[in-house]
Amino acid sequence: MMREITYLEAVREAMSQEMRKNDDVFILGEDIGVYGGAFGVTRGMIEEFGPERVRNTPISEAGIAGAAVGSALTGMRPILELQFSDFITIALDQIVNQAAKIRYMYGGKGKVPMVVRTPSGSGTGAAAQHSQSLEAWVTHIPGLKVIQPSTAYDAKGLLKAAMDDDNPVIFYEHKLLYKTSSDVPEEQYSIPLGQADVKRKGTDVTVVATAIMVHRALEAAAELEKEGISIEVIDPRTLVPLDEETIVKSVSKTGRVVVVHEAVKRGGYGGEIASMIAESEAFDYLDAPIKRLGGAPSPVPYHPELEKAHAPQVPDIIKAIKETLNKA
Amino acid sequence: MKKMNVPIKITDDKLVDLYKEMWLIRYFDEKVDEFFAKGMIHGTTHLAVGQEASASGVCALLDVEDKITSTHRGHGHCIAKGATADKMMAELFGRTTGYCKGKGGSMHIADVDMGNLGANGIVAGGIPLAVGSALTAQMKKQKYVTVCFFGDGATNEGSFHEAVNLASIWDLPVVFVCENNQYGMSGPVKDMVNVEDIATRAQAYGIPGVVADGNDIVEMMNVTDEAVERARKGEGPTLIEAKTYRWKGHSKSDAKKYRTREEEKEWRAKDPIKRFKSQLVESGLLTEEKAEEIRLAAKKEIEDAVKFAEESPMPTLDDLLTDVYA
Repeated sequence: MMREITYLEAVREAMSQEMRKNDDVFILGEDIGVYGGAFGVTRGMIEEFGPERVRNTPISEAGIAGAAVGSALTGMRPILELQFSDFITIALDQIVNQAAKIRYMYGGKGKVPMVVRTPSGSGTGAAAQHSQSLEAWVTHIPGLKVIQPSTAYDAKGLLKAAMDDDNPVIFYEHKLLYKTSSDVPEEQYSIPLGQADVKRKGTDVTVVATAIMVHRALEAAAELEKEGISIEVIDPRTLVPLDEETIVKSVSKTGRVVVVHEAVKRGGYGGEIASMIAESEAFDYLDAPIKRLGGAPSPVPYHPELEKAHAPQVPDIIKAIKETLNKA
Repeated sequence: MKKMNVPIKITDDKLVDLYKEMWLIRYFDEKVDEFFAKGMIHGTTHLAVGQEASASGVCALLDVEDKITSTHRGHGHCIAKGATADKMMAELFGRTTGYCKGKGGSMHIADVDMGNLGANGIVAGGIPLAVGSALTAQMKKQKYVTVCFFGDGATNEGSFHEAVNLASIWDLPVVFVCENNQYGMSGPVKDMVNVEDIATRAQAYGIPGVVADGNDIVEMMNVTDEAVERARKGEGPTLIEAKTYRWKGHSKSDAKKYRTREEEKEWRAKDPIKRFKSQLVESGLLTEEKAEEIRLAAKKEIEDAVKFAEESPMPTLDDLLTDVYA
């Protein structure tokens, strides 16, 4: 049964349905109890599942991340809600040096089935320490998987896959997407990790976009359609593992590509996608240099106009597309 | 005859086994030291010679189901928690028969099935892991206790504070064992910690803090017994500070410029193995002859472990990319 729900509700529903089925799944995080989490994702869950399984923690990101890893290693399947993805800085030792490496260091013994859910992105006026998109950091670490859903449908299916996965998975939720809606099945379903989604079919230029940028790319595509330009929008959905095939196939078809994310362009994951394309057979089909769009090389500013200017917007995407078509 | 004052759980046979175990730990690390000096093993290692009583004394109170987290100086903890010297030595030799198939080395020996959740190369990195393990026990209503070993240096890390606080507010079945061996690498504890006893830090978390002579296995067993009982009854964590000393340097590259040879001599006089032997002989559980027999048997076991390691196969390059993901 399909019905329209929000991205936020989809995340909550994915967790609740799994928790009803599997006693090993529990959530821990700051203010996730009666408060319902900083963004309200866990609202109502403590009432249904109780304080043991919706575990309100002290403000101790390193400690709760480690507790999640240790509980995963001994048989639980924790979901750690990190209140803002910026706070991953404080939890990184446990995520990078422990969770990601335990299985390998131990020669394949032991596993760490945990999900770190965390809201990222700018656009809320929360300024430099509550607005970053740091996903490229974790994509760099072998042993982790990294997901960035852009729709309610994807969020529910990808979170189910993340909870079923026996590895540590970082699940980035975009704050500005929480209130967006789409058709979502009531029952549980899983979207395999490493499967990109072609969000719009087109023939002239491929736009590879993540998270909120998927929506801006779709807007740009709708605008350009009026000018007779046909855009294919690809949402990788998972950065690790990355569905290289879908991207390479599309670029081989269109011969032009724009890669766009909100994270600061320098060192962003777009560089990885661009390099992957350049190293693939799609290189032979390129009719223009690969273009990358990303956040400005500054902290995220507070003033709304400056904040907006920090991240790629629809006109920026349109401009980049036209440049690859020599129509700028 | 002077009967030994040990926990009820500790039988006479167990005491004799522990004597051998301490020698196994000593000989294992001395052998590793020798191999590093000769350049026969690569990488680095951290030896716990002189600290045998805390590893053996604490783990003596644990069952197979109980768990430990360990540190970079973890060979003794592994042996005390039931690891065998042959697979440990094979790991240091980088062989596929090692505990981690040659992928972890000295700092990452783990044996999850035996409750050893792993040594750790990050100072204090294992403390939150132990709390997570204890959380599993509480949530799944399992009876096991998790012992968390760490050094004096780890208590200055934020992870220590966060993890001990979590364990305290949730009454988790965990025992924190701080092996205060007087130095965090070159940093003397008296310069790095402004309290006489690290155990007093327990007050800040509202849990018991106990100072113990870390070179006296009997005292270690008694304080651990109480802490483990408290944890099993659901009364929460305890912080034990075992005052001890590492005879060797921090790692293989250490010239020990930060301490005096006199100080080392004083601590060597408090040899935990010698001390335990006297107690065993006084109580009639061992004769000098039997003790010597046990020592030689331990030595032989380590030599056999070396042989096993040397004869074990090397990994192939195909192993590079296996075990990254489950």
